[in-house]
Amino acid sequence: MFEVKLKKKQGDFLVDTAFSTHTTGITALFGRSGAGKTSVINMIAGLSRPDTGLIRIHDTILFDSEKRINLRPYKRRVGYVFQEGRLFPHFSVKSNLTYGMKRIKGARRYIDFNKVVDLLGIGHLLDRRPATLSGGEKQRVAIGRALLASPRLLLMDEPLASLDAARKAEVLPFINKLPGQFDIPILYVSHSVDEIRSLADNLVFLVDGSTRASGPVETVAIRKDFKAVVGRQEHLPFTVLSSN
Amino acid sequence: MLNLTPIEIEALKLSLWVGFWAVTGSIGPGILVAWLLARKNFWGKTLVDGLIHLPLVMPPVVTGYMLLLVMGKQGVVGHWLFEHTGLCFAFNWKGAALASAIMAFPLLVRAIRLSMESVDHRLEQAAQTLGASPLDQFFTVTLPLTLPGILTGIILAFARSLSEFGATITFVSNIPGETRTLPLALYTLTQMPDGEAGALRLCIICATVALAALVASEMMSRRLNRTLKGDH
Repeated sequence: MFEVKLKKKQGDFLVDTAFSTHTTGITALFGRSGAGKTSVINMIAGLSRPDTGLIRIHDTILFDSEKRINLRPYKRRVGYVFQEGRLFPHFSVKSNLTYGMKRIKGARRYIDFNKVVDLLGIGHLLDRRPATLSGGEKQRVAIGRALLASPRLLLMDEPLASLDAARKAEVLPFINKLPGQFDIPILYVSHSVDEIRSLADNLVFLVDGSTRASGPVETVAIRKDFKAVVGRQEHLPFTVLSSN
Repeated sequence: MLNLTPIEIEALKLSLWVGFWAVTGSIGPGILVAWLLARKNFWGKTLVDGLIHLPLVMPPVVTGYMLLLVMGKQGVVGHWLFEHTGLCFAFNWKGAALASAIMAFPLLVRAIRLSMESVDHRLEQAAQTLGASPLDQFFTVTLPLTLPGILTGIILAFARSLSEFGATITFVSNIPGETRTLPLALYTLTQMPDGEAGALRLCIICATVALAALVASEMMSRRLNRTLKGDH
């Protein structure tokens, strides 16, 4: 059970969203550019603070404005795969991967190093430096690094947006394998309908900072307002679609 | 080939010794202040920034005289320090190191601050989401990526402290073997009737040491950049 209720005023823009999921699969947070997707997951990760609201994963409360609970980001155990990877340039791939792993107590560590490395196919990269990796390799390492911190929840902020079509096709299958292999809810931010079609089980549809609808992909995707946004998007040329 | 006299050797050794302690003592505070200025917003930040840069723009004699008033044996802080710790900065090499440290501090802080500001803040956020506390994140991400700037700052501060004259002679005077560093010895020689040859030798030493420091810094920072950015 993963529950989010957030309100935050940023200048003239109001983020006011609420959704919850019960499954451990991939939930897509979908909306056009500027719909407030990144604001929402930054609040979940603790990188920015909501005005009011509640963030709960199972029995653990990460944020509750009524009870005045606000866990610091490093205590939340929320994995975050950033759009630009954000690998540490001064560490090897291996040290990047183990950075979060080393910072979690053995008893809470439920994700195995070798399993992640095999699954993401990054075993041959361990001694390399991030600067020498291709875009697709970087994102696979970034996913591995977030997973190995044994998070309660995995956030992915358009992890494919900075990649070209060939690299997208390279990384997508690895993301698709995650829900079957690890028992973690995944919140996947995207404005690409293709990605959502191939990845998501659930869909949260965000318009101007507010949740318009949420639920299984099949039920949200047939809504008229959703189709309106998607339809407009699909008429756009691909280059515009893939940029952010 | 230079045939240094014992007095000149003494001045060279003293200069290196004073420079070493001036820099060693200011690295910690320098990193802390640079971090405050680069990453934090607080009331009076502009004032702090200005105070640190003051020795750079004031006549060094002013800095030396202020040190004498504050840190001398009768000074507010100097008296207290001597009473409680036995530490004394008046008319000895420690005072020369303190004067050099204060004069070099703006250069040290500036180099570290610039380098720290160029560290991608988003990497620090990433470290936090991976379970690193602010202190942990500082020592594993911010500080290693600031190393090139710290190195540059150290070399600049060392070179500046070797050339320190005005504040030193005002604060701790010109005592052979205690506070008579290279520039002070050079000045003394120029005041003596037959000191020209010695003065010239000290000039050459000063230029050589400064050049060696700059070349070493350039080489180390290139190597460091390669390691940090990790092209190979």
